[in-house]
Amino acid sequence: MARSLSLVAGDGSRSAKISQLPNGLGERWHLPAAPSPTLSELFATHPRDGGWAGFLLAQVDSAKPLLWVQDRMAILETGRLHPPGLPTRNLIHVEARDARDALWAMEEGVRCSALSAVIGELWGDPRALDFTATRRLAVASERSGTPCWLVRLGGTANLSGARMRWRIASAPSLANPLDGRAPGFPAWDAELFRARGSPPGHWKVAYEADRFDLVAAPADRTMGEGRRLAG
Amino acid sequence: MPHLPIERWAKDAGSPADNPVVLTVEGAHGPVIHAVTKAAADRGAYPGARLTDARALDPALIALPADPEGDTILMERLTRWAGRWSPLVEIDGFDALRLDISGVGHLFGGEQHLAKDIQRRFAALGLTVRIAIAPTAAAAWAMAHHDPGICDDDIEARLASLHVAALRLDPGTVRTLERLGLKTIGSLIEVPRLALSRRFRGAEDVVEALDRALGRKAEPLTAAPAESPPHAALRLEEPATHPEAASQALERLIPALVRELEQRHLGARRLSLIGYRVDGSVAVGSVATAIPSREPKHLQRLLADKAAALNPEFGFDAFVLQANWAEDLGAAQESLVEEPSGERELARLVDRLTVKLGPHAVRRPKRHESHLPERASGWMSALISPSLLHEGRKEPRSGGRERGRGAKRPFSPTPLPQRGEGLDRPQRLLDRPEAIDVIYATPEGMPRRFMWRRAVHDILRVEGPERIAPEWWRQPSSSRLRDYYRVEDQAGRRYWIYREGIVGDGRGGAPSWFIHGLFG
Repeated sequence: MARSLSLVAGDGSRSAKISQLPNGLGERWHLPAAPSPTLSELFATHPRDGGWAGFLLAQVDSAKPLLWVQDRMAILETGRLHPPGLPTRNLIHVEARDARDALWAMEEGVRCSALSAVIGELWGDPRALDFTATRRLAVASERSGTPCWLVRLGGTANLSGARMRWRIASAPSLANPLDGRAPGFPAWDAELFRARGSPPGHWKVAYEADRFDLVAAPADRTMGEGRRLAG
Repeated sequence: MPHLPIERWAKDAGSPADNPVVLTVEGAHGPVIHAVTKAAADRGAYPGARLTDARALDPALIALPADPEGDTILMERLTRWAGRWSPLVEIDGFDALRLDISGVGHLFGGEQHLAKDIQRRFAALGLTVRIAIAPTAAAAWAMAHHDPGICDDDIEARLASLHVAALRLDPGTVRTLERLGLKTIGSLIEVPRLALSRRFRGAEDVVEALDRALGRKAEPLTAAPAESPPHAALRLEEPATHPEAASQALERLIPALVRELEQRHLGARRLSLIGYRVDGSVAVGSVATAIPSREPKHLQRLLADKAAALNPEFGFDAFVLQANWAEDLGAAQESLVEEPSGERELARLVDRLTVKLGPHAVRRPKRHESHLPERASGWMSALISPSLLHEGRKEPRSGGRERGRGAKRPFSPTPLPQRGEGLDRPQRLLDRPEAIDVIYATPEGMPRRFMWRRAVHDILRVEGPERIAPEWWRQPSSSRLRDYYRVEDQAGRRYWIYREGIVGDGRGGAPSWFIHGLFG
């Protein structure tokens, strides 16, 4: 699970008075996480927006292998997984013919406690994906302790058994300290619209450093740039 | 099977046996008779005669071309089908099958019954067989061709009356022997060996042929594997035609196979469930596993779907479950102490996924030494890939219990320098780069705006180009270099686009633009 994400702007007034810690990091924003591994659902607000992948990968522990399931439409529409861009190569990729196969593969994976996480991408609103299917995944995930992420591309948020439901969109990236015209560290609009055990919310979070860690962003951009240049 | 070609023809053509038909092959001097029906044989035609000679005797002969390839294919099918009696079967010559039935006879109630069973089943296929059972393969061949029957111990006595041609000598040698008055094997045995070996040398070694027939010299089955694969067989009294037959057989075969695997300290990597049908055809369902296994539940789960898919057609009357590929597996497996790494659990997951979805759908990344993004992200089947837990370990999994602990890692190629991996490469790559319309200030300059799938993206930030040259040693000389740009549009979405070629590189017209990846 992610230790921290940086908060650029959020609900309430926290963004305005982020305090500087001695080491130059800003206040850490703690990801509202479920108390135990469970099924989380993640919606890409726009199907051609790959931003959710960074947000998700930052939360995945890569010590153990990862099972990544994509259905055929997801591959056609938004591309196949590209290992050189991932923090870990320790993964099993499954190309499923349709949503039914994808859900079956996910369920098989979720039952296996030797995996660090199961990520499944489904395109649209397939018929096979109903409340029962998500409920089964959630129960299996809680029983085995393997977190499961159901990624919905171009789908609508209908009835689901997922314990946490996110809606993720890319946000303009942070300023790049080395090149003002270049994209910097990515940032996202993350909306938690249903969660068990934690209040929903809407945040703008950023991700920086060349590792898949989430570090706090300073409130003042120029100060942050100074730190990044130094680092 | 002395009449295989003609019987096969008669079965395929559905012709009554009283047609005087001969099958011919092309000889050096015109067509030569290859096989004859009974009616044709009565009229004086015999295999080996020229068609013109036979026609002179009876002009009414019907000549058809023979099909030796088809006969060979049938023989190969029969070889597999004969696996019901013995695991070791091979084709001997062009008309004989050789079965190693050592220790098999009692399963069928004695060799007599076995021979009868074989005769009956081949007769059901419309094939005549001549069966001989003998302690040596050469003696069995001799008897099958000249005097079918069962020979127990005294080979010499049994073979003594047979013609020397039964030793499978070439025709020239047989003729020489006949001229010398040595017509039967018995008379040949009486001649001193030294004299024989002096007279006949090299290819026409009579002594060696004699030794083989009499068991003085070993003649192993050439196709015999060093050790027969673990297998379990089940024969049914009546052919089973109901669809669940194979599944029910599987339930009974798995414990038997697991017992054998346990005794031999093996674990299965490839398993085949073979159903033998009454009409002489076989149905096979195969599965593979990522690590050797002999756990009944797991094997049952893997094979269940395959068993259900076997079509009984006219009915199965025998099943064999066979581990075609087995590897060493220590005795101290079972689930009392689960390996902390969970390696076995993972391998089982891979097995299950692969069996259902196919080996091409379940894959693991494979490092590839290339700068071209689509080549750099290679994939390999998860089933054959090295250990899931120690990524980068290239050597094939070694058997035994010490796997992964004391095993030294052999040389593995150095991976490409990792240049801040994860940030400058997208997380997702389109299988095929898609053409986009790009607006730019100058052809060499940065892109300003692009249109992908009918949506306009204004480029607010851009980084690049990163130039990737074509691999001239692989690609045609007309392939163009690519300039990759990381771009971010007004909504903050990040894409990886490239321009193929530059103006004036002499490899085509204006450069075209493509989108290749999406950043997270």
